[in-house]
Amino acid sequence: MSAKLERLSQSLRKILGERMKSLAVDRGEVTIETVASDYFEIARILRDHADLCFEQLIDLSGVDYSACHGRQPGKRFASVAHLLSITHNWRLRLRVFAGNDDFPVLDSVCELWPSANWYEREAFDLYGILYSGHTDLRRILTDYGFVGHPLRKDFPVSGHVEMCYDEEAGRVAYQPVTIEPRENTPRIVREASYGDAGHG
Amino acid sequence: MAEIRNYTLNFGPQHPAAHGVLRLVLELDGEVVERADPHIGLLHRGTEKLAETRTWAQSVPYMDRLDYCSMMCNEHAYCLAVEKLLGIEAPERARYIRTMFDEITRILNHLMGIGSHGLDIGAMTIILYTFREREDLMDAYEAVCGARMHAAYYRPGGVYRDLPDTMPKYQPSRFKNEKTLGRLNAAREGSLLDFLEDFTERFPKCCDEYETLLTENRIWKQRTVGIGVVSPERALALGFTGPMLRGSGVAWDLRKKQPYAAYDKVDFDIPVGKNGDCYDRYLCRMAEMRESNRIIRQCIAWLRENPGPVIVDDHKVAPPRREKMKAHMEELIHHFKLFSEGIHVPEGEVYAAIEHPKGEFGVYAISDGANKPYRIKLRSPGFPHLAAMDELARGHMIADVVALIGTMDLVFGDIDR
Repeated sequence: MSAKLERLSQSLRKILGERMKSLAVDRGEVTIETVASDYFEIARILRDHADLCFEQLIDLSGVDYSACHGRQPGKRFASVAHLLSITHNWRLRLRVFAGNDDFPVLDSVCELWPSANWYEREAFDLYGILYSGHTDLRRILTDYGFVGHPLRKDFPVSGHVEMCYDEEAGRVAYQPVTIEPRENTPRIVREASYGDAGHG
Repeated sequence: MAEIRNYTLNFGPQHPAAHGVLRLVLELDGEVVERADPHIGLLHRGTEKLAETRTWAQSVPYMDRLDYCSMMCNEHAYCLAVEKLLGIEAPERARYIRTMFDEITRILNHLMGIGSHGLDIGAMTIILYTFREREDLMDAYEAVCGARMHAAYYRPGGVYRDLPDTMPKYQPSRFKNEKTLGRLNAAREGSLLDFLEDFTERFPKCCDEYETLLTENRIWKQRTVGIGVVSPERALALGFTGPMLRGSGVAWDLRKKQPYAAYDKVDFDIPVGKNGDCYDRYLCRMAEMRESNRIIRQCIAWLRENPGPVIVDDHKVAPPRREKMKAHMEELIHHFKLFSEGIHVPEGEVYAAIEHPKGEFGVYAISDGANKPYRIKLRSPGFPHLAAMDELARGHMIADVVALIGTMDLVFGDIDR
């Protein structure tokens, strides 16, 4: 671990202490996890504390962990924010799991970083995570009137409906998809030493 | 006096100045914009979802189609993410090649950006000039990978192949006589590096030509100076990166601050604006092209001196050489496994970011140990820029909205993904 990452993780431990659920350093990146109730407060400290100073929210994305191989059973939806500090030149990943899998709600951080506005709309659109406190939580990438959340793991790649031109009605209409989903290369997780000499 | 009411105007989705498919709902008070509501997603292709169903290597060509004005930079971020997950590093020659092609891509992108920005707000000529140089750089793309735009040249572990020793030449036809051919092929007699060196010698002169067309042009200045001013604090809060941030006077460039590829070994400066308006951002882009030209020259000099491998020698990541594959059983198996099953990437998550011509392009990749990504999130620079459209356009005239679209250098391939 480089000196800089060491310094960042020490500051995080000192300032956030017990409020972090976990802190991990992997491949030169620091990830902290927090519970939904502390999320907004921690985000505020990360932005405002002089030793951390994360002025920029670079990215915020939803993740659906329901099909993740080898993961302990736990909450399904998470919101992952990537923060950047221009002052200290370091990055941080902040992950928070939504408490309820059927109705995932998290606090919005738009107030702290205006750039979160569209990112949260996107996570809402693609994963159905609701951000309370967001003033304009509309769909953003999918079509007007789209049903479902396409990046959830239980949403098929080919979708549920397709668009066609309805001759009789003289307009564009939706119909159930006519293509069969197919998988050319199956998804495989191999054991660690797979393919090494003597391991078949 | 007649009563004047606000009215709502629908800009796009098909508008020549929308740079693709942008629908803007503008609330106007006379000619002044009161609110701008961009509707995006008309070019949404679900790249992130598709990437989850493809092997790691199969997603590389999808990256070209994100920001289709700076193809190789997108690939670069993706390959860096995969390499970081695998814990490997591309050989030095590959890193120099990537640096060189990133800068070629930056010039390509800025030529497109400045050209079309000029075209949108009434400077017709500039795009004709910029496309002239784009043509040469497209030829460089073509020489190295066979495609003019969607290259798929960067691969996890390095680049697909070494730089070619010959350049394709113009062939005689009834439209081109001997004399024209001689002029067109003059720079193409040697290798790709010779061709690029010739380009870098010509290019500063071309930049001067663009500047005579725009920099002191009265109409250009009237349309850009003082339009869309962003303060440095606001630019940071809004998530701006790249020339949009540097135009506001923040000297932040990932190539310097968090170097990747060979950027720590080349010498260049970061141009920074002062006022944070469209004109300063234009000047930044202009200066960046000259800096890119410098970097390309340094890379050419290094690449001439230092031959070597361009992709890692690990057959679980990169395919074996074709001759070996044909002659040896072991290599044949590797080849078969690599192309049927793909690379197995260890469990973990990474965020790899590069200084894309438009800003920070990042790839957040989660792997659960399979041959396919568990989740790929593409952080495109244009997304937060366009999100700030409402704030920037408020109080400006409707014609300035076009200037703002131009200065953001929007490309919908990467905003809609």
